[in-house]
Amino acid sequence: MKPSIALSIENLSFSYNGKKALDHIGFQIRSGECTLLLGPNGAGKSTLFSLITRLYDSRDGHIELCGFDIKQQTRKALAKLGVVFQQTTLDMDLTVMQNLHYHTALHGLGRKQAMQRIQQELERLNMFDRRFEKIRQLNGGHRRRVEIARALLHKPALLLLDEPTVGLDVPSRLSIVEYVHRLAVEEKLAVLWASHLIDEVYPDDHLIVLDKGRIKANGTVDDVLKITQTSMVKDAFYVLTQGEQA
Amino acid sequence: MISQPGINMLHYWRALWGIIGRELWRFVTQRERFISALVRPLVWLFVFAAGFRATLGLAITPPYETYILYEVYITPGLIGMIQLFNGMQSSLSMVYDREMGSMRILMVCPLPRWFLLLSKLLAGTFVSILQVYVFLGIAWFYDIHAPWQGYLWVLPTLMLSGIMLGALGLLLSSFIKQLENFAGVMNFVIFPMFFMSTALYPLWKMKESSILLSKLAQYNPFSQAVELIRFALYGQFNQQAFIYTLLAFMVFMTAAIIGYNPSKGMMSKKGGA
Repeated sequence: MKPSIALSIENLSFSYNGKKALDHIGFQIRSGECTLLLGPNGAGKSTLFSLITRLYDSRDGHIELCGFDIKQQTRKALAKLGVVFQQTTLDMDLTVMQNLHYHTALHGLGRKQAMQRIQQELERLNMFDRRFEKIRQLNGGHRRRVEIARALLHKPALLLLDEPTVGLDVPSRLSIVEYVHRLAVEEKLAVLWASHLIDEVYPDDHLIVLDKGRIKANGTVDDVLKITQTSMVKDAFYVLTQGEQA
Repeated sequence: MISQPGINMLHYWRALWGIIGRELWRFVTQRERFISALVRPLVWLFVFAAGFRATLGLAITPPYETYILYEVYITPGLIGMIQLFNGMQSSLSMVYDREMGSMRILMVCPLPRWFLLLSKLLAGTFVSILQVYVFLGIAWFYDIHAPWQGYLWVLPTLMLSGIMLGALGLLLSSFIKQLENFAGVMNFVIFPMFFMSTALYPLWKMKESSILLSKLAQYNPFSQAVELIRFALYGQFNQQAFIYTLLAFMVFMTAAIIGYNPSKGMMSKKGGA
């Protein structure tokens, strides 16, 4: 079966006080595909995420989630979306369970269905036994796991992750990277992962390199290595961003 | 894909109770917030009102049918104060949520933004009503008694006054960029609104010293909310105050929704939502 397009962006631009943060960008993301959005600080990654999640609005360009226009059919589009933001967005004084129930309520899931989904997602991440603990008691890696579980509760078609491994220790980081890649394959989930850590790229990933609001490369890892005539993603990134730090 | 309950009434209902439940739970677990919310009006009642009792003579004005003690007069004003502070505190928590990101979770869920903001307001209002009834309970032991029906009548008016003051807080929160700017709200909104109102002294008393002040107090939406509460507490309906408070709510709410609209409001100019 042909993978369906989960996210389609066309000709998207956005400016802050006259300064272009995104300049006519466009790309597509398909189900079952893990796309890494690489770019140095200030490249426009967070702006792009804010536009996809409709926290900002842009007059120029077009964003579609699973065929739903984000401006015209906002609610249908947002129903297909799961997001893990860069900053923790959990209530520290509430338990894992209470945080997740809040999310299922916002997405209109009934109590029974919510319980079932929460159990499924927490068990997959080995967090079910800790469901009655307050978020404050969890370490950074476990908090991130809860946030990933939360983003998946309503079974979205597209999962957005904005630098989710920042500040985590190496084992936590690796396990999250591995888990999300597995999700894309097993659940046929489309994943858009903003990162500045080159070692989070898997050989089968799709890569988009963003710099100064423009797309510098868009293709498979092999494609990007070929056009930059490099053998490592790190070098390709260096060439494309003219030496800027990721 | 999960069967999206999508855009049906049940979805709205569940989301509304999810938001209210979260707010109430957070309030109950934050014990310091609960205590400080009560201490503030109680200090005014036990200390300020007791001190002023002797200096301020009050004539018989509706809804009162006899001479009353100053403590009795300021009780509705202190109820308004609880709701005013609560409304502003909700807006403070929204600025905090926005900085911390949890507002984003609310804003990306598939429901209309006006509904999410209204639910957030209702949740804040529920919390303030809880505080008001505990305050009234303590005041009862201090010999401040309203007719028993008044305790029931006051409930719908508390909903309206609470939601109006919450909408004002919401509106302010859409303009406040950072948490630090919130101190300005204390100085420029809460204090003028509270002191320039009928919460502490009646209009006729204010007129004796300044016509301008009494006019400002009369058109202050907080005064109207306090009067609505004052009359309801004595089983009476103040129509003018009701209409004024309702209109103020509609104006504040509309402006807040525009403020939180990504294409029209302040969100497009800010670095986060």
